[in-house]
Amino acid sequence: MSMEELFHPLQEPMILAAAISIVVGAVVVVAGLTYFKKWGYFYKNWLSTVDHKKIGIMYIAVALLMLFRGGIDALLMRAQTAVPDNGLLDAQHYNEIFTTHGLIMILFMAMPFVIGLMNIVIPLQIGARDVAFPRLNAVSFWAFAAGCGLLNLSFIIGGSPDAGWTAYFPLASTDFSPTVGNNYYSLALQLSGIGTLLTGVNFITTIFKMRAPGMTLMKMPMFSWSILITNVIIVFAFPVLTVALALMMLDRQFGTKFFAMTDGGMDMLWANLFWVWGHPEVYIVILPAFGIFSEVIATFARKNLYGYKSMVMSMVVISLLSFLVWAHHFYTMGHGVMVNSVFSITTMAIAVPTGVKMFNWLLTMRHGKIQFTTPMLYALGFIPIFTIGGVTGVMLAMASADYQYHNTMFLVAHFHYVLIPGTVFGVLAGYHFWWPKMFGFRLNEKLGKAGFWFIAISFNVTFFPLFILGLDGYARRMYTYSASTGYGPLNMLSFIGALGLAVGFALICYNIYYSWKHMPRNEKADVWDGRSLEWATHSPVPEYNFAIVPNVSRLDEFWFAKKEGRDITAGKIEKIHMPNNTGTPFWTSGFLFLAAFFAVFSLWIPAIISMLVVFGFMALRSFENDHGRYISVEEITETEKSLRGDK
Amino acid sequence: MKIDSSLPLEYSTEENRLKIFGFWIFLGAEIMLFATLFAVYFTLHTRTGSGPDGAEIFELTPVLLETFLLLASSFTIGLGVHAMRLGNKKAMMTFFIITLILGLGFLGIEIDEFVTYVHEGATITTSAFLSALMTLLGTHGAHVTFGFFWGVAILIQVARRGLNPQTANKAFIFSLYWHFLDVVWIFIFSFVYLKGLIS
Repeated sequence: MSMEELFHPLQEPMILAAAISIVVGAVVVVAGLTYFKKWGYFYKNWLSTVDHKKIGIMYIAVALLMLFRGGIDALLMRAQTAVPDNGLLDAQHYNEIFTTHGLIMILFMAMPFVIGLMNIVIPLQIGARDVAFPRLNAVSFWAFAAGCGLLNLSFIIGGSPDAGWTAYFPLASTDFSPTVGNNYYSLALQLSGIGTLLTGVNFITTIFKMRAPGMTLMKMPMFSWSILITNVIIVFAFPVLTVALALMMLDRQFGTKFFAMTDGGMDMLWANLFWVWGHPEVYIVILPAFGIFSEVIATFARKNLYGYKSMVMSMVVISLLSFLVWAHHFYTMGHGVMVNSVFSITTMAIAVPTGVKMFNWLLTMRHGKIQFTTPMLYALGFIPIFTIGGVTGVMLAMASADYQYHNTMFLVAHFHYVLIPGTVFGVLAGYHFWWPKMFGFRLNEKLGKAGFWFIAISFNVTFFPLFILGLDGYARRMYTYSASTGYGPLNMLSFIGALGLAVGFALICYNIYYSWKHMPRNEKADVWDGRSLEWATHSPVPEYNFAIVPNVSRLDEFWFAKKEGRDITAGKIEKIHMPNNTGTPFWTSGFLFLAAFFAVFSLWIPAIISMLVVFGFMALRSFENDHGRYISVEEITETEKSLRGDK
Repeated sequence: MKIDSSLPLEYSTEENRLKIFGFWIFLGAEIMLFATLFAVYFTLHTRTGSGPDGAEIFELTPVLLETFLLLASSFTIGLGVHAMRLGNKKAMMTFFIITLILGLGFLGIEIDEFVTYVHEGATITTSAFLSALMTLLGTHGAHVTFGFFWGVAILIQVARRGLNPQTANKAFIFSLYWHFLDVVWIFIFSFVYLKGLIS
């Protein structure tokens, strides 16, 4: 492959500009770290950390970065279709952009954001000092980061994937997608998928085995429940993706015939495998948001969560159904009436447990003293908008009617109406809610609320017109259309909405800077008058989470103890065992990244050498004798004193 | 580190119990991985294109031998874990070494089988059936290969450090992994080879 071929995307001025800005940004960061002599600090405190709270923060930082990458893709798409016969992007570039937009938003924005929040909050909420496998947690993060880096590298070197985020065969085969774009797809997703799978193993173990004494499963906060169920889905769904991506790689790079059009291959097999993972994935990103809303609504309505048991049950039912509906993504691909009917019914059945949750949230607020904080606004905004998404979902669930809506903008509008209020509002609510736990100060409420209103209103301006366009027959993934179709005005409206969304997200980021400069420090630990255990420890949280592990006897123990004037974290301090930091996960993933990068270009010898280094690191780890360290009683007492503010 | 001496060595610390529980969850993911590969195989096993079908290429003798070796290795690793619980380091190591040798024998026959297939013109690119077959067998074989090196690493540690809660924990988890590979093989033997030979 010649250099010219390798860097062919750079011949586009827009990509060249983006590439230059990435390089300049990287140089600025490296120069800054060198100038301020922060490399040691950066390596010691971040790159080699095994602290679940710091890993969570890094997940969220990457997720926010990717929100911008995916957001710029979205803006470009809306700009391209804002007027008929627009020439801003060509067809190939448009294909690449809608592919990476989907991939990045689902796998490198929504999911890491959720995983980031679960990393920060879950051990605190169940009263644990750490996750079950702190080093594995670091491996998860760095494997995810390697995958994320690899996918973004495709932008500059070799070309992005262009067959849609679903990468249906035969479109994604080497015949129809001859660039290395889809090799990047299979390998980048593989790396981050392995990270996610390990997170699943880690958090199931953490939640089952490390809860505070007395906290039975049915006394666990709703967010912890949602994360437990999410991780069970991860462990069952992600191996399917692992296999599907491996088969894709074999087909594309070794000439196997799994999804081929000849020699017995079956292209529909890909669609099935993809969605057997892909549909549960939808619930992997949405159930945690349901958990967050439950916490936020109960906290700011100042009431117990209504129908705790039915909330748990409905989530379990949703998780089971999530595995039984995958074929509704391709009703029109020609399976029989019977298959379509079965999947139609299971799909519509999901509306029932979801409806149960909706009513529970509404009844939680009934007679409550509602405080309209930023997280609560996101939770309140979620309810009506998500309902529109849900109702249009039931419309799409009817197989016969779906023949009309399928592959139109109606579908695009529907899933944005579910995923944005569901996942994005959810993680943003959680982000504002738990921010003080991460950094010890609050985000500015005025800016936070302004961000919410910009996002909530612009969201509807952007996506509601797409419902109408879709019903008018405007197909998705068209890079342009003629004026005579009459699609112009609504598309323009949608573009204006997209600009508003950009302003909203810019406000959220500006809020970090503003609050960091201006918001008061040393606020009390329990800023929102919260209910669950994460509010029982200091903000920011010390390395060991709890000096004294609390005892729990009922749901919302912390809340009731507060009302009764009891302190559940009183007791005698003892030395605490903690794991040592280690750079190995970072370096291992570095070589994993190299192996995948070489594999993208079928450079198997260097890829195998890199993989051998990875195995070498694993063997080294096996021989290592690292039993962690103890934090002494004096050190804990000192930390506790300074965090309480008494000098 | 608190050691609860009422429990077997491999379960004796909090960390050890977490690791064993976590590994069971991981095996759950592995079951899904192989279940997916089986599903792919059953979807494609009649789609032979212009290539041979299972009945034409499968041979019972080497497969029976493979089955015998792997089942025997599952038995010997069980004896190894039993010896470990009795605190007999030498017997434990001997049984683990026998296990790994049996595993190597299995791999040898499997590689020979693959070479034979390729000579007969049945390669991984010949048909969807062969792609699925070789991916399924290859994934299992890769697991056994990985397990071999893993087992060697554990044996070196046991030899050097003796039986303590850490090494016992590693050896026990490795034995879970090895039994799992055996279970997967039983499915491959019954539903790939025997079924293929019948039809």
